[in-house]
Amino acid sequence: MTADGAALGRRLRERDLSAAPAALNLLESSAPADREQSAQLMREVSPAALGAEAPGHLVGLTGPPGAGKSSLLSALLHVWRGTAHEAGPRRRTVAVLAVDPSSRRSGGSLLGDRARIDFDPADRGVLIRSTAAGERLGGLARATRAAAHALAAAFDLVVIETVGVGQAETEVADVADTVAVVVQPGSGDVLQFLKAGIMEIPDVLVVTKADLGQIATSTRRDLSAALRSLGSAATPVLTVSSLSPPTGVLELAGALEEHRAAVDIHARRLRARRAAALSEFAAEHGEGGLRGLGGRVDAERLLEGQDPGLEVPALVAVLERGIA
Amino acid sequence: MMRTYAGHSTAKASNELYRRNLQKGQTGLSIAFDLPTQTGYDADDELARGEVGKVGVPIAHRGDMAALMDGIPLGEMNTSMTINATAAWLLALYIVVAEEQGVSQDQLQGTTQNDIIKEFLARGTYAFPPAPSMRLIADMIAYTVEHVPKWNPINICSYHLQEAGATPVQEIAYAMSNAIAVLDAARERVGGRGQDVMEQVFGRISFFVNAGVRFIEEHAKLRTMAILWEELGRERYGVADPRHLRFRYGVQVNSLGLTEAQPENNVQRIVLEALAVTLGRDARARAIQLPAWNEALGLPRPWDQQWSLRIQQVLAFETDILEYPDIFEGSKVMEGLVAELLKGAREEMAVVAEHGGAVEAVPYMKAALVDSHRERIRRIESGEQIVVGQNRFSESEDSPLTADAEGGILVVDPALEAEQIEAVSRWRAGRDQADVDAALAALADSARGGADTNLMTATIAAARAGATTGEWSQTLREVFGSYRAPTGVGEAASTPPDGELSELRGEVSRLQEKLGRRPKILVGKPGLDGHSNGAEQIAVRARDSGMDVVYEGIRLTPAQIAASALQEGVHVIGLSILSGSHRELIPAVIDALHEAGVTAPVVVGGIIPDQDVPLLEQAGVAAVYTPKDFDITRIMRDIVELVDSDAGRAALAGNGSLASGPA
Repeated sequence: MTADGAALGRRLRERDLSAAPAALNLLESSAPADREQSAQLMREVSPAALGAEAPGHLVGLTGPPGAGKSSLLSALLHVWRGTAHEAGPRRRTVAVLAVDPSSRRSGGSLLGDRARIDFDPADRGVLIRSTAAGERLGGLARATRAAAHALAAAFDLVVIETVGVGQAETEVADVADTVAVVVQPGSGDVLQFLKAGIMEIPDVLVVTKADLGQIATSTRRDLSAALRSLGSAATPVLTVSSLSPPTGVLELAGALEEHRAAVDIHARRLRARRAAALSEFAAEHGEGGLRGLGGRVDAERLLEGQDPGLEVPALVAVLERGIA
Repeated sequence: MMRTYAGHSTAKASNELYRRNLQKGQTGLSIAFDLPTQTGYDADDELARGEVGKVGVPIAHRGDMAALMDGIPLGEMNTSMTINATAAWLLALYIVVAEEQGVSQDQLQGTTQNDIIKEFLARGTYAFPPAPSMRLIADMIAYTVEHVPKWNPINICSYHLQEAGATPVQEIAYAMSNAIAVLDAARERVGGRGQDVMEQVFGRISFFVNAGVRFIEEHAKLRTMAILWEELGRERYGVADPRHLRFRYGVQVNSLGLTEAQPENNVQRIVLEALAVTLGRDARARAIQLPAWNEALGLPRPWDQQWSLRIQQVLAFETDILEYPDIFEGSKVMEGLVAELLKGAREEMAVVAEHGGAVEAVPYMKAALVDSHRERIRRIESGEQIVVGQNRFSESEDSPLTADAEGGILVVDPALEAEQIEAVSRWRAGRDQADVDAALAALADSARGGADTNLMTATIAAARAGATTGEWSQTLREVFGSYRAPTGVGEAASTPPDGELSELRGEVSRLQEKLGRRPKILVGKPGLDGHSNGAEQIAVRARDSGMDVVYEGIRLTPAQIAASALQEGVHVIGLSILSGSHRELIPAVIDALHEAGVTAPVVVGGIIPDQDVPLLEQAGVAAVYTPKDFDITRIMRDIVELVDSDAGRAALAGNGSLASGPA
């Protein structure tokens, strides 16, 4: 029995948060009938149907294991939900998509993030969904992109939390409006990766465990210096402490928002939708499929000619019609 | 010293039990507190539901403590309290009640368990984050050394580590590393008062250890600990007085190895384990408490505890065990065993030190314990490790011991919880609220004050003013923040796939095709019971079977479980309870699930007496697993079948239970 994708999509569009769990079940399913309904769902929440880009702010939160992402997220949730000591101006609804690495041997995975995030279970304005990245590289689960965009129609904020550094933030950057990379004091990896150009420059850098004092301050200084030498002096580097009482979290929430206000969301998401459609098509039909469209460049041109409000499944369908 | 670990229902009922036990020849008290008291909640807190008076006595304020100790002369008593996160509070109540009896605090003798690291690792009854928890311990040590000099402020527990699956090497190494963390914290606090005080502090640290059925090796373990302890005292803390250097320990023998199947066999296990801690005089326990034969079935009754006390009495008064000097002196075998354990323990202690000490190494140690336990279960499943009556010689005649209506265990009257809730509100109404408010405000100030203010002073004042356990804890939670300990499951190595597990993975893949998504299971523990070993092993094996596992850990409310099940879109929910609160909590969780519109089936594991199974099934539980179901792969197979048939049922009903949410 398959859920009614169009109905779920319409409920999300009307900002009915209770439609979210069922929508996610559907989007994560790879059963053929469910894929069909997923496409219907995405059509209902596409910019074309909404009349604009989905209003939710897509925030990528990524960093190495142990950097303190879950504690930071707990503190951010308190700010966003207006339950922090230093609360933000208004209560905002938040969905968190926590992506965990999987055990490769058995295919199973332990999704432990939920237990580490502190929030009020009775609060209907927060949703946390854990998924396994599966065999995919790059840090995201198969359905994360679609899920993030669908939820952005209903929630004020959609956080995509991934583990890793150097690779993970690349794919997150394709989905999120704002990418924050989280590092703990004294961890040299990020600094080296930045200098070596292995990782892209994030929109916001966060140094956790500010309560450690000197070492946190000097990590922040080193990162700022590295950014300056890379010509990105404007990238904010913040220090936060999630220990009680938390510090710097309100400033971080502000920095994320400022970044969003400064970028062209439509252009960024449109580019991402086209890239996602192309890679989904290539995954399904291979290089042969691309040749059938006259090569990658022609395929890109074909996508550029489409309604900029179409969601990924509709764009994939366009490409598929091109080889039919 | 002979004790039985006891307490249940109410302060009054426990007081009667203590008095009876003292008449039977018991020479000290060992108080078991209920989980709300251990974790700092009053009976009327949402989290206390179903747990009040279950695994011990509820003590909410000085009135309860006075009732508990009524007619027992505290000046003559040696009282051991199994209390950790809230140890400072319970000691304060004890001091205030002694005052009321006209006994000054410097007369008091006893022990507060007060070991928080093992709570993070194994037992789960913590209340505050690691740093403030360590501060509370250091405060208590500093206070008692000066004002309650005969009190043992902390018992370093390796007991619970073995229950969580520790090997002898891990048990030794983690206990010693834990002691180092505590002593270092104490040295910072009292170091300025001179080496004499530090010697006294060292001398007041005692241990609470475990003894398993491999009793020769277990005895070697204790000799090893004595050697390391003395070495630590001399080298790290400069202790010279031999009296202070002596390794003092109490013991509760192993419960992990006690079986639900053929529970009468547990009696001989307990006897043999008692030998481990008594045979050689050089490493003999100072205080022994033995578990009851029916622990794996439910709560022991007074008669069961009497049986355990009699075991000790036979050992002490009928055998010749106490008549000889150390019988292992000169034994090559014993020396060899000790040398081996010393080497292993030193290496493991070095690893913990590399992590920055026991507090920082909690995630490392937790993961190592989950891994050891996983290996232990694998050996039992495969038959490499024989457990008589469980995986070998399991044929049995019917047991007359469990033939009575209640199945040979104690059943706590559920009405007691309501009475205790009422009693707490009566207490609150009857006290001088302004006094309490002022005392709690002073406590909060003292907590914010940092390490130079000793929290004991404000804590004793709050006890005197009539504050409750929940109020004391909540005041500190607000200053210190809340905390969730690492679960250790994420890092656990995978189970080597035998034929059965490989086959199961195939079934999981087929089920994934059918569902469209990988089968997803939620595993968690409702209520305050922190014994998470079973739930952790289920989570790890579910992952190894190929499922997606949302592991939620301990201390969950029904609302939390329902929200998680809904948001995560799980296909099945696995709940674990060992504290006896399943009769209240499981139906409450199922109600919450229904309310949230979740129809995924629920399975329950834990110490569930046979006679409670129908009640749970009636509430809507699909399957119940108890300690006799030791084959976890088999449980996984059941769960896969359950999800499969649930998916089929949902499809037939035309209602994709998991694909649709509430409108």
